[in-house]
Amino acid sequence: MSKNISLFNTINTGEALKSAVKNTPEEVIQEIIDSGLRGRGGAGFPAGLKWKFTRQASGEKVLICNADEGEVGTFKDRELLLNCPLTLCEGLAIAAYAIDAKKAFIYLRAEYTYLKDKLQQAIDQFKAHSTIEIHIHMGAGAYVCGDETALIESMEGLRGEPRFKPPFPVEKGFFGQPTSVNNVETLCCIPHIVLNGAKAFASIGTEQSTGPKLFSVSGDVDKPGVYEAPMGTTLEEVLKKAEAKDTKAVLCGGASGLCVGRADLKRKLAFEDLPPGGAIIVMNSSRSMIDVMANLMSFFEEESCGQCVPCREGTKQLLRFINKLKTEKVIDQADIDHCLELAETMNISSKCGLGQSAVNAFLSILNTFEKEVLNQKESVNEK
Amino acid sequence: MKNKKATIAINGKSVTATAGCTILDAAKAAGISIPTLCHHPDLCDAGVCRICVVEVDGVKNLQPSCVTPVQDGMEIKTHTRRVRKARKNILELLLSEHYGDCNSCNRSQNCELQTLAQDYGVDEYAFGPKKEREQELDKSSYSIVRDKDKCIQCGRCIRTCQDIQGIGVFQNTFKGEKVTVDTFFSDPMMETLCINCGQCINRCPTAALQEKSDIENIWDAIDDPNKHVVIQTAPAPRAAIGECFGAEPGTSMTKKLNTAIRQVGFDKVFDTNFTADLTIMEEGTELLLRLKKALTGKGDIKNATLPMITSCSPGWVKYCEHYFESEIDHLSTCKSPQQMFGAIMKTYYAEKTKIDPKNIVSVSLMPCTAKKYECNRPEMNDSGYQDVDYSITTRELAQMIKQAGISLLETEDSDFDHPLGLGSGAGLIFGATGGVMEAAIRTAYELVTGREVPFKNLEIIPVRGMDGIKEAELTFENVLPEWDFLEGVTAKVAIAHGLANAKKVLEKVEAGTAPWHFIEVMACPGGCLGGGGQPVPTNNEIRTQRAKAIYQEDRDLQLRKSHENKEVQMVYEEYFHSPCGHKSHELLHTHYKKRGK
Repeated sequence: MSKNISLFNTINTGEALKSAVKNTPEEVIQEIIDSGLRGRGGAGFPAGLKWKFTRQASGEKVLICNADEGEVGTFKDRELLLNCPLTLCEGLAIAAYAIDAKKAFIYLRAEYTYLKDKLQQAIDQFKAHSTIEIHIHMGAGAYVCGDETALIESMEGLRGEPRFKPPFPVEKGFFGQPTSVNNVETLCCIPHIVLNGAKAFASIGTEQSTGPKLFSVSGDVDKPGVYEAPMGTTLEEVLKKAEAKDTKAVLCGGASGLCVGRADLKRKLAFEDLPPGGAIIVMNSSRSMIDVMANLMSFFEEESCGQCVPCREGTKQLLRFINKLKTEKVIDQADIDHCLELAETMNISSKCGLGQSAVNAFLSILNTFEKEVLNQKESVNEK
Repeated sequence: MKNKKATIAINGKSVTATAGCTILDAAKAAGISIPTLCHHPDLCDAGVCRICVVEVDGVKNLQPSCVTPVQDGMEIKTHTRRVRKARKNILELLLSEHYGDCNSCNRSQNCELQTLAQDYGVDEYAFGPKKEREQELDKSSYSIVRDKDKCIQCGRCIRTCQDIQGIGVFQNTFKGEKVTVDTFFSDPMMETLCINCGQCINRCPTAALQEKSDIENIWDAIDDPNKHVVIQTAPAPRAAIGECFGAEPGTSMTKKLNTAIRQVGFDKVFDTNFTADLTIMEEGTELLLRLKKALTGKGDIKNATLPMITSCSPGWVKYCEHYFESEIDHLSTCKSPQQMFGAIMKTYYAEKTKIDPKNIVSVSLMPCTAKKYECNRPEMNDSGYQDVDYSITTRELAQMIKQAGISLLETEDSDFDHPLGLGSGAGLIFGATGGVMEAAIRTAYELVTGREVPFKNLEIIPVRGMDGIKEAELTFENVLPEWDFLEGVTAKVAIAHGLANAKKVLEKVEAGTAPWHFIEVMACPGGCLGGGGQPVPTNNEIRTQRAKAIYQEDRDLQLRKSHENKEVQMVYEEYFHSPCGHKSHELLHTHYKKRGK
C-alpha cells in the first residue's frame, strides 16, 4: 500500500475538483474504472462504468446521491454526512463533470432530517468551488426507496415502487433522463481517488473489491460504531475492533444480507465473499435465531412496496411459517419443503432486489442454525 | 432500428421476432402461450404479478415475459421446472388472499385466476384455510360494486382508469402486505370522480369489480302481473351478447335476441335505434340552429356555443361536468337515446296504448354501466316518473337468458314490436366510435343540400376506425335556399373515444383553439361496442369484430338515414310536431351540472 487512504482524511476542498477538470471527463471516468471502485450501497456495481453508461446515453444527464441509508443496521453514510459533507459535495461535482450533469440531487432519508441544515450549509459553502447545482430531496421513510429506481419514482412524486429494468436509470432514469445514482460513500471515495490516483486506491483491498470500506457495527458488541477497514478484511478482525464477545451469529449486509455463524468468522468482507454493504449486526449466545428470523421477516413484510406477488404475499407467508416454528413443537417436513420452495420462488421471481433478497437471512439462518430453529431447543447449537 | 429482426429460440424452436418486442408478444406470434394476469393488451405493462416469468438462458433469475424485450440470440424456455414451480407458488399466494366464493361468483368460469389455478393444478389451501370475508362490498355507486376481498392487486383497474380514461379513481395505498387498491381516502365509489364507465370491470381478472346487478328487480317486475315490462335494446350489446354463449366475436344477435327476450318474459321489445334516429333529428337540428346563430346572429336558440359536443355517452357527460365544468354549454342539450326512449315510453307510448305509466317498467339493454347512473340522475324524470327504471348490461341480460334456460344461439329470429321498433342503419352505427357523427352527417348534409352525402354507399370512412382522435371535414355546396348561410361553409368535425383522448380535444376547446364545429365523444374505447357492460374479455381484436358486425348490419338495411325513419316521422306528426320544438324540449332535452373535481 503506497498511501494510507481514509475517507475521513482531511482534504483541501476544491483541490480534487481542480485536478479532475484538468483532465477530460472520459479520463476521469477511466481513472475511476481503473480504481476498481464498486458501489458502496450494497450491489457493488462498478462506479466508473455507471458513469460511462450515463455519459454515453443521450439526454440531459442527472446525478443523484443516494443518501436513503435505510438498510437495517447501516449508519456509515450518516457519519460521512456529518463529518465530511464537503467531501461529498466535491465527489458530486467531479461526478457531475464526468457524466456532464448540470444538476445533482441528494436524496436524504426522512430519518436524517436533522442533518439537512448542516448539509445545506456545506452545499452553500461549496458554491465557492463549483457551479454545480446541488438540491436536497427528502425521502419519506420507505426502505424500498433505497432501490435506485424506487428512489427515482419517489423523486418524481410517485409511490416508491421499483421499476422494471431495462431500461436502466443510466439510459432512462429521473423523468426519463440518463441518471447516475451513487451512494454517499461511493461519492466520498471519488476525491480521494482523484487526489491519490487509481493505483493507490486499487492497491487497497482485494482484486475484486478495492479500497477502504466503512462498516457499521452494532448489536452485542462493547464498542458499536463505524469502523474503517480495507475491503477483504475478515469479519473476525472487524468484530475484534468492536470488542464483540461470545458471538453466536453475525448478520452481514443488513436485513437483506447473510447471517453467518462462528465457523464463518474468518471469511472476508468483500463482494466475492460476505456482503460488504456495511451493516454488521452481532448476536451473542443469548439470542434466539428464530426471533431474529421473525424480526427480519416482519420487517420485509412491512417494507415490501407491495406491487409484486412473490414479495408482498411471500414475506407474509414466510412470517406465518416462522411464527408457526415458534409455537409448534413439530413441524411437518412437507411444510418446511413448501416454504423452501416458496423462498426460492421469491428469490428468482420477485421484481426487485428487496423481494429477491428478503429470503437471504431466512435461508442462511435455517441453514446454519437448523437444529435450533427446527427443534426449538434453547441451546445455541450450530452446525 | 425500429423494424430490426431478432432471432431467438423459444423452447428450442427458432423464432424471428421484431427486436424490442416483448418475449410475451414474440411467443404469442409463434403460437406459444404464456399465462398472464396483470397484463392486458389495452394497457401499459406493469410486470407485477410475475405469473408470466420464463427462463432466459444465462440469466440467473426468471424474467417477466410481458416486459422483457427480446434480444437477438436469446434462448427462452417457458415451462421449465423452476418456472412451473414459481407459477404454482404465485397462484397459491394469490389464492391465499382471495375470497373465493367460486360457486356463486358471477365471474366463475370467466375468471382468469380460477382458470390459471385449474391449469396449474393449484391447491387452493396450500397456505392455510380459505380466506374469510373481511370487507363489506362497496355498493354506493349506481353502476359499480367493489369487492375488495376478491382483489388480487394486479393493478389493471388502476391503469385502465389512469391511462384510458385519464381519471385515476384507483391507486395503490399503504405498503407491504397492507397494500390495497383503493379510492382517494377510501371514499365510497359514489363520492369519487368515477364516471361509471365500467372499463375497470371489463379489465378486472376476477370479480373484484362488478356491475350493480338489477336482475332480481327485473324478475320481480316480470313476475308482477300488473306490470307492463318493456325493454329497449341498444345495437352494441346485440353485436356482442353472442360471445357470452360461445359465439365468435362479431356475431350479430339482433333478431334471435328479440325472441329470447320475449321468452324471458318481457312484454315488449323495442329498438334503441329508434331514439337514436330521434336523437339525430333533435341534435342535428340543434347543431344547425347553433350554426345559424353563430354565422348569421339570427335565430332564437339561447345556447349557440360551438363546437357542439355529443351528449349520448353518460360517462363522458359526467367527466365533462367534473373536469371541464366551464365547458358544459358545448354539450348538446339532447338526452341520450336511452333517456329519450324512457321519456317517450311513459308519455307517448302510454297514451297510445292506454297503459297507466305507473305500471310500465321500462328497461334498457345497454353495453354500458354508466347508463345505470344516467337513468338514476334526478333530472331524468320528465315523464313524471323515473323515465327508465332499470338499465342492464349485456352481461346481465345474458345471465337472465341463461337463468331462463334459453339457448340464444338456437332461438328463432323475430322482429321488434311497433311502434318504436323501427331503427335506421344510422341509428344502429351509434354503437361504434364515429357512428353518431356519421349518422348526423348523413342527415344534416341531405337536409341542407337535398342530396345524399358524397360517399360511396353512404359510408363515411374518415370518421370510422379505432384511431383515438379522428378528424374530418365536409363542404356544403349548392345548398337549399333556407340554408343559404351554409353555402361554401366547410364543416369540421372531430371524434374522440376513451376520455384520455377526449381530454386532448377538450383542452383545445377550453383554450379556444378548437377548429371544429361538432365533436363526438364516447367514453369507452371503440365507442359503445367497447363499453364497460360488454362481455369480458374485450380487447382491440374483439372490438374490431363487433364494429364489423355493426357496419355490416347497417349495410344490409334498406333504411339507413334517420330522417327517413317512418316511425320517427310519425311520432313528430302525432306528438312532438317539430325537432327542438316545445314538447321535445320538455321531454327530449336536458341540462347539466357543474360538479367540480
